[in-house]
Amino acid sequence: MIKDKKLKIAVASGKGGTGKTFVSINFFNSLYLSGRNVVIVDCDAEEPNVMEFIKGTQIERADISQKVPYILQNNCVFCGKCFEYCNYNAIIFLPESNYIKVLDDLCHSCGACIEACSYSAISESDRHLGSVVRYLVHDSSEVIEACSDVGIYSPVPVIKKALENTDNGGVVIIDSPPGISCPFIAAVNKADYAILVTEPTPFGLNDLKLAAETLKKMSKPFGVIVNKSGLGNDDVYEWLEENNVRLLMEIPFDREIAKVYSEGRMLTDINEKYKGEFLALYDRIKEDLEKYD
Amino acid sequence: MTEIAILSGKGGTGKSTLCASFATMGHDIVVADCDVDAADMYLVLSPEDYIENNFITGYKARLDQTTCTKCGLCIEKCRFRAISLVDGDVTISDTSCDGCKLCSRICPAQSITMIPSDKSCWYIGNYRNGKLVHARLDPGEENSGKLVSIVREKARKLIDENNWNYVIIDGPPGTGCPVIASITGVDKVVVVTEPTNSGFHDLKRIMELISNYRIKPYVVINKSDLNIEISREIMSWCDSNGICLAGTISFDELVVQAMVNCKSVVEWSPDSEVSLIIKSIWKIIIKD
Repeated sequence: MIKDKKLKIAVASGKGGTGKTFVSINFFNSLYLSGRNVVIVDCDAEEPNVMEFIKGTQIERADISQKVPYILQNNCVFCGKCFEYCNYNAIIFLPESNYIKVLDDLCHSCGACIEACSYSAISESDRHLGSVVRYLVHDSSEVIEACSDVGIYSPVPVIKKALENTDNGGVVIIDSPPGISCPFIAAVNKADYAILVTEPTPFGLNDLKLAAETLKKMSKPFGVIVNKSGLGNDDVYEWLEENNVRLLMEIPFDREIAKVYSEGRMLTDINEKYKGEFLALYDRIKEDLEKYD
Repeated sequence: MTEIAILSGKGGTGKSTLCASFATMGHDIVVADCDVDAADMYLVLSPEDYIENNFITGYKARLDQTTCTKCGLCIEKCRFRAISLVDGDVTISDTSCDGCKLCSRICPAQSITMIPSDKSCWYIGNYRNGKLVHARLDPGEENSGKLVSIVREKARKLIDENNWNYVIIDGPPGTGCPVIASITGVDKVVVVTEPTNSGFHDLKRIMELISNYRIKPYVVINKSDLNIEISREIMSWCDSNGICLAGTISFDELVVQAMVNCKSVVEWSPDSEVSLIIKSIWKIIIKD
């Protein structure tokens, strides 16, 4: 086993469907095949897909829940203070008809209503949000999957839970959710470095700019992989150059690659060249990070 | 008024491509780009005469160090673990602060105030076939669901004012809050999928969500020729679940070419096979 300084690398993109998961799993596979201890954390909790590509044995499962308040009607004097304290419009309060109710879907579990109530009229129960499942892969590597229940308000608590306990050495790859809002921040926040995957189209470039702006705000070092190169135009390359952003790797648009992916197979299992390229990617990132040290 | 939402679960299946085509096939259309994390529709529709407005997504707590007594009550009560002691000073992390206001309400020294985050915006502009409403979420902000609701509200108002017919909603990826905000109360949902295991998996998840609402779903398989076997599997899954398959679209570089030229594919190449299929999909969707 090659000992590496623990390094957390997030694979992200503003736009969905650019190839984040493709990069994450093949990166994972190449590092694993070269004898490294590697963990992949699937943080795309609304649509986790990593386990469709990797075979592993489930070793742990944690259910994630959130505390949601409920009103003890017998104690409630309908003073309205909890309603006033709730900053998320999660409490319906109609004093004239003595009606009060908590809307679970809007509650952020901040505890303000409990703090507000002087009559012990609010208690809390657990609401299921999702699960974090750990899988052991070939005895030395791991997949940690965050999966949020369909329709919950925010996948962030599930993502944060999945990223706990990933500090035990080895390389950690974080397959991040799309977008630039809280779930993206939660996934990328703990990473040492971020790979933004884009495609050379106007949509790809637009969303790359948004994601890059977000990472700059977070002072997070990052580089870019252009996937499906050959499609679209050269604007993305010009942008990279103008903004001094490192092009880490290019993956051409290729129907064969698309087919292999669509079947849930890994390109790096059948193609030595790409395995080598993903290993070179790892070296490039380490190189890049040394500059920041 | 008919509201049609276009969703996908998985990103990158071709949701916006289809949406741009629908948006450029008739007139008097309002397009609501509800992918507020990464709004792309304006790149194809090139709207003009913008109306722009700021939007408060939430609040962040600010601490006045000069009056803070370091009593630690806020640290104890904050459930988002956003407040901690750093080098002896009480420090609030912006990325962890949820804006619940609890700390500012309970601070005995009244050292905490709430600052609105108002860098997010919504826009209305005219484009060649109607009007586009979109928004820009300030990076790292939450409440995209609330911003989606605002975009939809503006879109509906425009339809009423102009006495128009169709709102076309380009929805966000995923199955969470912004997606729910995008489909609540719509008349029809079109789910764009692709023939990959992940695309199929995410199609099932989004269908689970849609089944909670009384909305008729339609499925479109995009890039169907990239894996014909999985395309067939999706078709028979739709069939056995009584879901209307509105059409299948083969991969075509024309779609990318059109996008690069800021046009929808039905504008760029109106007589191409892909354009004809998209037109037939639209007819199926608006028929009943």
